[in-house]
Amino acid sequence: MTSSMLFNVTTLAYMASMVVLFAFLATKNKSVGLAGTLIAYIGFFVQTVAIGLRWKESYDMGVGHAPLSNLYESVVFFSWTIILIYMFIDFKYKYRIVGVFVVPFALLGMAWAQLGLSNNIEPLVPALQSNWLLYHVVTCFLGYAAFAVACGVSIMYLIKASHEANNSFAVSAGGIMSLFPPTRVLDDLNYRAIMIGFPLLTLGIITGAAWANYAWGTYWSWDPKETWSLIVWFVYAAFLHARFTRGWVGKRAAWLSIIGFAATIFCYLGVNLFLSGLHSYGGGN
Amino acid sequence: MATTQRSFAQSVWDFFCSLKLTIFLLISLALTSIIGTVLPQGQLPPEYVAQISPTKLQIYSKLGFFDMYHSWWFITLLYIFSLNLICCSIKRLPHVFKFISEPVLVLGDTLRNSLALKQEIPVSGSLTAGRDALADFLKREVASPVVTEHNGEYHLFAQKNAWSRLGVYVVHLSILVIFVGAIIGSLFGYKGYVNIVEGSSVTSVEARNGGMVPLGFEVRCEKFAVDFYPTGAPKEFRSILTVLENGQPVEGYKDVKVIVNHPLSYKGITFYQSSYGQATEGSEHYLTVGQRNGTGNESFAIREGESVTFKDGTTLRLLETVQDVRPFMPDFSGAAARVEVAFKGKSPQTFIVFKDYPEINVQRGDDLVFGYQGTNARMYTGLQVAKDPGVWVVWLGCTLMVVGIFIAFFMSHKRVWIIVSKGHARMYGNTNKNQAAFAMQFEALADKLKIQKI
Repeated sequence: MTSSMLFNVTTLAYMASMVVLFAFLATKNKSVGLAGTLIAYIGFFVQTVAIGLRWKESYDMGVGHAPLSNLYESVVFFSWTIILIYMFIDFKYKYRIVGVFVVPFALLGMAWAQLGLSNNIEPLVPALQSNWLLYHVVTCFLGYAAFAVACGVSIMYLIKASHEANNSFAVSAGGIMSLFPPTRVLDDLNYRAIMIGFPLLTLGIITGAAWANYAWGTYWSWDPKETWSLIVWFVYAAFLHARFTRGWVGKRAAWLSIIGFAATIFCYLGVNLFLSGLHSYGGGN
Repeated sequence: MATTQRSFAQSVWDFFCSLKLTIFLLISLALTSIIGTVLPQGQLPPEYVAQISPTKLQIYSKLGFFDMYHSWWFITLLYIFSLNLICCSIKRLPHVFKFISEPVLVLGDTLRNSLALKQEIPVSGSLTAGRDALADFLKREVASPVVTEHNGEYHLFAQKNAWSRLGVYVVHLSILVIFVGAIIGSLFGYKGYVNIVEGSSVTSVEARNGGMVPLGFEVRCEKFAVDFYPTGAPKEFRSILTVLENGQPVEGYKDVKVIVNHPLSYKGITFYQSSYGQATEGSEHYLTVGQRNGTGNESFAIREGESVTFKDGTTLRLLETVQDVRPFMPDFSGAAARVEVAFKGKSPQTFIVFKDYPEINVQRGDDLVFGYQGTNARMYTGLQVAKDPGVWVVWLGCTLMVVGIFIAFFMSHKRVWIIVSKGHARMYGNTNKNQAAFAMQFEALADKLKIQKI
């Protein structure tokens, strides 16, 4: 059994989970919802084993390192963290339906990694040979994942809010919308996910700065990746200030959250694909 | 006149205290920062200069777009941002301190009606007995309460984590501390660069602004080496450095291994492995030439870029050499030379001559067989040099920021009042964050109170 096989199983599980969750949306049958979530959790478990196995495989090859060193590994880890944050939200707030808008992000990541990226285990280039790699990548990606969940929840909010606006006089007893949590809850979940993501992103930026200072003697050099992470930080800081002091909730908060995640994705992928800098993911392209 | 002056000062103050300004600044900093990630910064590559129109180039450099993070307008934005932070904090901190140090001990009607969490409990004993029992209860479950008598009733007040209201100001302070650290670094520190050839030493380095900075001591490069993975990817760049004072090696700083991610620090100055190369000055390369049948072998010395013509009229020019070809040709290792050879009357051809694979050199099938024996050239190591006395201030700021964000997001100020009257008591609760969780705690508290006979 290889990690690569298990990653395929993971991808299939996330796809199945998404299909079943869509069926949940259509049937409104609670056990279908439970099944969809359980499949996602099984996928998460398999993925956890696969990441561990890939870690071990790298040691067997004599180039042992945490599987966080190239684009393939980072995309896989990103989708793992998305499901992790979703599990946290599901256990804590019991809104299973959020999965419909969150699992597809994880599936997208896995599908891209498995179909479009090279999954060779490569030796670590000298620049990445540091314990900071683990701290930096884990904090950043947990932050990104929380923002992904916030974005999914915000999309739900906008759908539900526009539906409510269009049907303000009709009594919406049934329909898919009745499955969505109330807009008040979605708005709160959006904030809570960002409340998880913002401290993690802050830690990610700080560990990155500490590492840069240790390896190159400059904690900040306005490298495009650094700058974009700061841009993302500014957007969510604006979100928090607007929410607390100017009462930006609901639609405006949802849009800010979506813009924030768009900036996050650009920071993660766009910078590597379109701009040049220090974060080339060790030849992952 | 005085009033207009005051109102002008007032409006300036209001401007810098405004949260609209904060949001505007955050968004502006985010948007303008994009410029520097799209346009090249610092030294412009010639290819870029060639493809951009001169007018654009002139406008961009006038606007400071090519060094935008140090341009006057970006620095101004950062200064306004700091001012905004300071003013907002000065405006709000006294209120917060007052809120913490002078809590509302007696719950008036207005506040009472505005609180969402309330519970009524019957009190069977005397007023004072009820007061003492409830004070005990609060002390056990929340915090030691302050008891105030008011209009024949007792007001009990207990609170938890009042200071957590300062969390957000800790975050604001942390940003200013980081700025101070960065300013200290730019005033009293420098970033530089130095190449040291194996066996030689340096006493000064070239700063980024072009000037030479004396180190105050001597650094010698004993050796430089590169290891490769079997795939040809570099595994380790390694310099062996020795620090010397008055020509003598310093205890503990002799033959220190410096690799990427493992710098050498001495007297606040840190040396980072950054690049390497082959010193060209005075270096000779040793090549061999012989007939295909194995006779007439002779060796000769040549420098990079030089040519030599043999007796039969064949000319050889040494283009370049490397001490390990693996990064370029993963199937091979060891030293190699790229040569351009023009056999008499033929056009020149370029090929590679290996040191460790004589059989491949023979396979070329020409009349003459060439070989490469190596060089007396030494390697140099390229080191990034940094002195930043502000870095500890920056780390202090970062720590403050993490602590502050944790307090601001995850800790809340909880307040509980109990008003004890004849025959009954009313309990009120309030928190500044996470209302839902506190509502549950408040209910649990009320349930406990109901079980207890008072």
